[in-house]
Amino acid sequence: MSELNPGYVLLEDGSRFEGQLCGTAQGGVGEVVFNTAMTGYQEAVTDPSYAGQIITFTYPMVGNYGVSAQAMESGLAHARGVIMREAGNNTDAATAEGGWLDWLQSNGVWAITGVNTRALVRQIRDRGAMRGGIFEAGISVEEAMGMIEDEPTMAGSDFASRVSPGSPIEHDGNGPHVVALDTGIKSSIVNQFLERDCRVTLLPCLTGADEVMARQPDLLFLANGPGDPAAVSAVTDTIGELIGKKPMVGICLGHQLLCRAVGLGTFKLPFGHRGSNHPVKDLETGVIEITSQNHGFAVLGPGGSETIEQDEPVRWKTEHGDAVLSHINLYDRTVEGLRLPEAKAMTVQHHPEAGPGPRDSRHLFDRFLDLAKVG
Amino acid sequence: MPRRDDIKRIMVIGSGPVVIGQAAEFDYSGVQACKVLLEEGYEVILVNSNPATIMTDPEFATSTYVEPLLPGPVAAIIEKERPDALLPTLGGQTALNLAMDLSADGTLEKYEVELIGANRDAIIRGEDREVFRQVMTEAGIRIPWSITVESVEQALKELDDGDASLPAIIRPAFTMGGQGGGIAETREELERVVARGIAASPIGQVLVEESVIGWGEFELEVMRDHNDNVVIICSIENVDPMGVHTGDSITVAPAQSLTDPVYQSLRDIAIAVIRAVGVETGGSNVQFAVNPADGEIVVIEMNPRVSRSSALASKATGFPIAKMAAKLAVGYALEEIPNDITRATPASFEPTIDYVVTKIPRFAFEKFPGADERLSTYMQSVGEVMSIGRTFRESFAKALASRELDSRPEIPGSDEDLLAAIATPTPGRIDLALAAFERGLSVEQVHDQTRIDPWFLRELALLASDGDGTDGLERIYNSVDTCAAEFEAATPYYYSSHEPAGSPSEVRRGDRPSVVILGAGPNRIGQGIEFDYCCVHAAMTVRECGRDAVMVNCNPETVSTDYDTSDRLYFEPLTIEHVLAVCEKEKPEGVIVMFGGQTPLKLAEGLKEAGIPLLGTPVEAIDGAEDRGKFGALIDRLGIKPPPYGTALSAGQAEEIAAGIGYPLLVRPSFVLGGRAMEICYSADDLRVYLDKHVKASPEHPLLLDRFLENAIEVDVDALCDGREVFVAGIMQHVEEAGVHSGDSACVIPPMSIGQEMIDEIKAATSAIALELGVIGLINIQFAVAAGELYVIEANPRASRTVPFVSKAMGIPLAKVATRIMLGQTIAEQNLPEFTGNHVSVKEAVMPFSRFQGADSVLGPEMKSTGEVIGIGADFPTAFGKAQAAAGVALPETGTVFISVTDTDKAAATQLAAQLHDLGFGILATGGTAQAISRMGTPVRAINKIADGSPHVVDMIENRQCDLVINTPTGSGARADGYEIRSAAIRHGIPSVTTLTGASAAVRAISAHANGSGEVRSLQELHGG
Repeated sequence: MSELNPGYVLLEDGSRFEGQLCGTAQGGVGEVVFNTAMTGYQEAVTDPSYAGQIITFTYPMVGNYGVSAQAMESGLAHARGVIMREAGNNTDAATAEGGWLDWLQSNGVWAITGVNTRALVRQIRDRGAMRGGIFEAGISVEEAMGMIEDEPTMAGSDFASRVSPGSPIEHDGNGPHVVALDTGIKSSIVNQFLERDCRVTLLPCLTGADEVMARQPDLLFLANGPGDPAAVSAVTDTIGELIGKKPMVGICLGHQLLCRAVGLGTFKLPFGHRGSNHPVKDLETGVIEITSQNHGFAVLGPGGSETIEQDEPVRWKTEHGDAVLSHINLYDRTVEGLRLPEAKAMTVQHHPEAGPGPRDSRHLFDRFLDLAKVG
Repeated sequence: MPRRDDIKRIMVIGSGPVVIGQAAEFDYSGVQACKVLLEEGYEVILVNSNPATIMTDPEFATSTYVEPLLPGPVAAIIEKERPDALLPTLGGQTALNLAMDLSADGTLEKYEVELIGANRDAIIRGEDREVFRQVMTEAGIRIPWSITVESVEQALKELDDGDASLPAIIRPAFTMGGQGGGIAETREELERVVARGIAASPIGQVLVEESVIGWGEFELEVMRDHNDNVVIICSIENVDPMGVHTGDSITVAPAQSLTDPVYQSLRDIAIAVIRAVGVETGGSNVQFAVNPADGEIVVIEMNPRVSRSSALASKATGFPIAKMAAKLAVGYALEEIPNDITRATPASFEPTIDYVVTKIPRFAFEKFPGADERLSTYMQSVGEVMSIGRTFRESFAKALASRELDSRPEIPGSDEDLLAAIATPTPGRIDLALAAFERGLSVEQVHDQTRIDPWFLRELALLASDGDGTDGLERIYNSVDTCAAEFEAATPYYYSSHEPAGSPSEVRRGDRPSVVILGAGPNRIGQGIEFDYCCVHAAMTVRECGRDAVMVNCNPETVSTDYDTSDRLYFEPLTIEHVLAVCEKEKPEGVIVMFGGQTPLKLAEGLKEAGIPLLGTPVEAIDGAEDRGKFGALIDRLGIKPPPYGTALSAGQAEEIAAGIGYPLLVRPSFVLGGRAMEICYSADDLRVYLDKHVKASPEHPLLLDRFLENAIEVDVDALCDGREVFVAGIMQHVEEAGVHSGDSACVIPPMSIGQEMIDEIKAATSAIALELGVIGLINIQFAVAAGELYVIEANPRASRTVPFVSKAMGIPLAKVATRIMLGQTIAEQNLPEFTGNHVSVKEAVMPFSRFQGADSVLGPEMKSTGEVIGIGADFPTAFGKAQAAAGVALPETGTVFISVTDTDKAAATQLAAQLHDLGFGILATGGTAQAISRMGTPVRAINKIADGSPHVVDMIENRQCDLVINTPTGSGARADGYEIRSAAIRHGIPSVTTLTGASAAVRAISAHANGSGEVRSLQELHGG
């Protein structure tokens, strides 16, 4: 790695971490977050939910098994940059179709290696996710800080409409018709529906309610996606119009948007949940599932509380009947999922589709489709 | 569900002596379990025959029994203690098997003892190959196919029918060590190897199995609670592909080469396996082979218990598997238990790490001349090191440094020879691979020879060419925290890593002064768990004395590297560089180098030079004891005799000195532990052979020559000294005569055949030497008593291997007392109890010979045992019988004894024969021994020596026509026969005694019907605790 140009990471609180640039030449700014999964680097970078963000991988060896088309969670890289302790370009793995560093280069992802990522993560853990950037050594700290300050904060940012497709995308199937408002859906989610023989239609997220209903959905799906749920009020409004018309399920951003549509609040987590090891308790079965997580915001519980102390399916009022807590995060006791029985809706905050991460929760897709059957 | 209230008394079974494949890791897991159960308010009844364990310290159980781990003695304990439950999953295979025996023989049912942790059915499903196969098949989990065939035709038909495929492994049924088996890659080879295997099998049957040799090998550590919640604690990837036992493989955590989908598949399968086997609560380990070409996965096996890998996984992640397993066994669910390290999150999660862990096994082939060094599917390593680094290369380089090798493997001269040597898995293969890369050979070339995943090889090539990647970076200390820094760690478990300048260290400490305790590094023969025991006691005592105990060690199997043991744990190589760096960080009040065996002692000089204060006996005193000349002068001043001796600085000088001292002669290099390269030379020719073969005497490496005292009684003494007063803690008489390494000799407290006058003389000599040397702490002195005269053989002013045994036998924790002395307390202040017990304690060594094909089982001056057991009884025969039974030597009560001894032993052997005859045994003997026995009027059946043709002595052993072998080899010409006889006895599990004094003790035990059973008394009862 000796030929690499020196560079650094600067956070908006002024903390600076040295490294060597190894992606596209120029750096840039975004929200700096960290992901604690030990595998699935390509899946993460291509997950549209990371739009506008720079991912710090806590696992120090990144790129070990190369890249492959199979690991793409969307058509392109969405994360703006990656921060690593040691990056590799190995292509020895049987499934490797290319090297990670080459791929980062050709996909225009800023990348820096040799960084004390652990120190950076501790900084974010203690101070919260914040804006920051990857810079060439030649750029002065003042100049870099100026760029950081010019970047809007994640709170209040609408990234979902930027990653949404321009026109509908259709996948054939013989089962129920799942119509999704695509705020940045992951391929793994689509694949879970397709494996269950669903017909899947992905609509641009600003599609109106009438047009959605015209697609004759059996199940309305609210996708994952990037950014602040409070910043995409147009989508929230559409969801509000659709509630009750058809069974509705949501994942991640979709969960947050549905909750906002029924009058519940969302808040920004200090440093988010991003990784493959968070325990989530299913309060309907008592089972604890290890989940894939990627979110920076969460839904407020009863009385506007950020956390819920008891392991019970607590109920609280919304504009569409009661919300019933269905899932809770055992790390920080935040809302991980709920049902809105009157609206025939259920949502989860985590990623049951995995890709990357554990598959403990994939059965939830069956639960989603059961809801569709009830109609 | 919280803790169970319907059980009150829980029995925990340990794993017994340290043997290959089952070492200190089960003391680590057992200690965690005992601590948890006591904390939870249960009464704990502990059984373990290994005195060198922390778990057998009286404070870790309500009642502690150091009895043989056999159904009889354990049933007697159950009858006496009436436990409600038995926890069998934390004492390795030994405890699991014993629990199954107690279940099968009705003991558990009779006394209404419930198995907790894993039930009988789950154990059978996990352990019985055939049942496991069936359960896996039913659950739709792929395992390697396996077919039993009885003819070549049948094998070919299976191949043609597609039920078998190539390559395949052929294993003949009922042969030892896979004799006659092999791998078939072609149809022709299948024909040939199956034919050969059928011929080799006594029942004409071979197992044809799918070959996954060369596939990647992975392990997942899994935990399940009674709510059916399952979590993966750690993934481990073997650098050595399938074909080398995982215990002998270099392994890393987490898995490095797996994509997320393949890793998730392993995870799903591991969860399905633990559910199918039905381990209701606790930890299990699932092993996989993954085809690197297509990602195909097969399950190799699972262990329905805490294992060596779980200890590694615990140390690698910070997640204490054994502790959690104990909590789950008494009713808790994972979500009800807080994560020890974060304290804020529950244990129902999966650890994620932000560093790379490397484990490298430590071997001892140099101790077993003639043994085949090829690594295979049965374990042969005796210890291991673990290291943590932020990158693979940093971690791997630290692990290599931690090995503390005595010698490096020889690197073949030509590239061809080097590549050929790399093809065979051996202990030194990794060094050869690095040498190949240094020489510019390619990753592809090395991969072709080794099948090691190219990812590892590219990293190793980079390590060879560019170093470990730490140039220009600064050493800092990070925490092991189970969560990659997502949450703040409360536990002070650290490792060094290199990061850009200005990076913060995470070491947190208060105002208390700290004391650094240096551990013993990897277990090896001669430096085992005994030293870790002492280090743990030192840590406990330092904390009691108001200082922070700081532990430095690199052995993942140990209690010392449990983050609970000390105030701060640095998981680091025990090299001067790494230890000085810790001292730089800690600025300790002092460093203790006296408890970790030779490993920390070797660092003492360097630490002193760096100005680091050492606690206890000063470096000069160590030198004064180890330097022959200085020590000779010292005991001369005290009027104490050594056997005639000399120190040679060259081969010529050695021969000269030898002539002056006279033969037989004990020869060894100075500064070694465990009697490495120590031999008895009976003549000048022997000495020349020794000098040629082993050791080049030189001024840097002086050679020690001692007159070997024949027919002497050897005595070991462990004593404490505070500079003013000496406390002689234990006087041990060796059962074997002088010449057998003290670590391999059985010994007894109190001495059986030494008069009070001589005891007083020994005590006086011990005091004089300890005071004169200036010992502050422990000293071990070896004496020999020959013809009524006392000789001092050597003195070691440090903790010895026998400290745990003496502590258990006498009820005085010597290492704790020694630590307090080092911290400034006097012996008088400590009020040590006068020993008032009337029991006899015997320590017996446990040998690994059955593991090493080709190695001889003769005892000699070079230590070969891996572990030890204790037997406690009202008299010597009972204690000796218990120790033998605990060591796995079941002395027969009836049957036939084969006796073959050297001429000098013949007179004594005829006595033994007469005694055995009177006890009802039949006597078998060859040639001269038979004549001698017969002449004394004892009926004896004379049989052929091997050279005389069948049926000869080895045939008799093979046909199990004898029940005990007494065979003394020393100085004999009949070495080849003896070797065959002893090897056959080991293969067939027939007790074999190789010294006459040992045989005499065995006969006394037999005549007392002391077969390991008898009255059971807990340590608490024995010592009034």
